[in-house]
Amino acid sequence: MRRFSLLLSLLAGDPQADRAVPPTGYTARLTLFTAGAMAFLAVFAMALASTSGRLAERWGAELARTSTLRISAPEAQVDLQTQAALRVLESTPGIASARALTSEEEQALLEPWFGAQLPLEDLPIPQLIEIVEDAEGYDATGLRARLQAEVPGAMLDDHAAWRQPLVEAAGRLRLLGWVSILLIGAATGAMITLAAQAALSANAQVIRVLRLVGARDVYIARAFVRRFTVRTAIGAAAGAAAGTLALAILPRGEVAGGFLDGLGFSGAGWLLPVLIPPLAALVAFLATRAAAMRSLEAQA
Amino acid sequence: MSVAGGPGVIELEDVSYSYGGGELFSNLSLTLAPGSFQFLTGPSGVGKTTLLKLCYGDLIATSGRVKLFGTDARKVDRDGIALARRRIGVVHQDCQFLDHLPLAENIALPLTVAGRQAEAEQNLGELLTWVGLSHQVDQLPPQLSGGERQRAALARAVIVSPDVIIADEPTGNIDWEMSQRLLRLLVELNRMGKAVLVATHDLNLIRAAKAQVQSRVLRLKGGRLQAAGADL
Ligand SMILES: Nc1ncnc2c1ncn2[C@@H]1O[C@H](COP(=O)(O)OP(=O)(O)OP(=O)(O)O)[C@@H](O)[C@H]1O
Ligand SMILES: [Mg+2]
Repeated sequence: MRRFSLLLSLLAGDPQADRAVPPTGYTARLTLFTAGAMAFLAVFAMALASTSGRLAERWGAELARTSTLRISAPEAQVDLQTQAALRVLESTPGIASARALTSEEEQALLEPWFGAQLPLEDLPIPQLIEIVEDAEGYDATGLRARLQAEVPGAMLDDHAAWRQPLVEAAGRLRLLGWVSILLIGAATGAMITLAAQAALSANAQVIRVLRLVGARDVYIARAFVRRFTVRTAIGAAAGAAAGTLALAILPRGEVAGGFLDGLGFSGAGWLLPVLIPPLAALVAFLATRAAAMRSLEAQA
Repeated sequence: MSVAGGPGVIELEDVSYSYGGGELFSNLSLTLAPGSFQFLTGPSGVGKTTLLKLCYGDLIATSGRVKLFGTDARKVDRDGIALARRRIGVVHQDCQFLDHLPLAENIALPLTVAGRQAEAEQNLGELLTWVGLSHQVDQLPPQLSGGERQRAALARAVIVSPDVIIADEPTGNIDWEMSQRLLRLLVELNRMGKAVLVATHDLNLIRAAKAQVQSRVLRLKGGRLQAAGADL
């Protein structure tokens, strides 16, 4: 309770207390700049975390849902084996549906690599079967064993083998994003501590006079705390706005492919940067208060 | 030597002080009782200012005991010292203003830090007239003359209506007429029951005071505090 009222009185508006400490243009500008730059960086760290989080989820979901069965057999046997494979798949628990791709679909899949004029009929293109799992999923090892016995030309590709590392990388990237945000917060706190400490030592005589007329530590600290908190909030608001804008107007190109294209937030995620100024202000508040209390203790 | 203490007083008992070298004074006792009016004289550098600083908790005695309003100053934390200082009006020898704030705000500062700004509006005008600074309210302290600063310092010391008034050379730079006015202010406050202690070299001021109020003159010399005789 005591701590709470202390916190309140530290934040409470008292323009007189603010006036008691002379304004210092230099530390004010440095604090604004630091808060702005850090908030700008924080937006990108948040975007990184958010984007890689989305990627991890999407890839993870696709990974879990679909797989492909490839049938490579002498031409005469392809149809036969495809029918056999579909029968096996239909009777496998955990598979919602299985469907052989038409040759048009296969052509469309290959087009980006080989062009539209590809004479598919003349090439030994394997037949693809798309498998969609149900929520339970199927037992890949069991299915492989059955296919080996009944459909010798079948190759089950459940995507896991090559997509798993991608999902892991995206997850790791998200973690790095959040670690960066923590580091940015800590660095902001450290820099504000230094700035506040400089302001406190520069104002040693002011602090002495305030004490001589009966000012309590909390009153003196408040002048500094409010000042740094407000400056940090303003700087962070500007930096966060600039960072968000920069993300919003990031050129989107087909060429950039999946990742760069998606860097940013989705939907309500665009509101995430709004959290930066209050969080920065909280960091500034705690850092300045600690610096002030320590410095007032030392100057006693 | 000591006057019996009661509540609302400052008491020094067998106090010694040294800045690290030799002792400035030792085994010194002094009581600021309600309604008392005392002068402290002595050669320059003898330790008058130091003694006053012990009285408002700016320095802590190297030995002996200083009681601020009944509590040992050593046992009072910083908040406690701050609260005690709101009951002690001090005119510092070097004034101690906030140079970036206009005079009016400087004089009201003790009320401001105590969260009593509202009272400032009532008292400030009258007080400024008394010390003759009505026209200087918007000036910054460095723009004032030495005498104006001292008058402002006295105004700041009494604005909280303190129980104790401690003034260190309050008339050093002030002409005789203004000194008389400041003295009358101190006498008036003393009659209201406030304890007054004035360190001064100004013998004329002491004589003038003796004509108006029952006062005691203490002389600090050679590390000892003595009552000065009537020969003053
Ligand atoms: N902060 C300090 N550190 C070390 N020595 C000090 C300090 N302040 C004062 N002194 C010394 O203590 C002695 C007493 O100083 P003080 O200011 O109490 O004298 P004073 O009686 O008030 O003199 P004056 O009449 O000139 O104002 C002086 O010799 C001074 O040099
Ligand atoms: Mg002195």
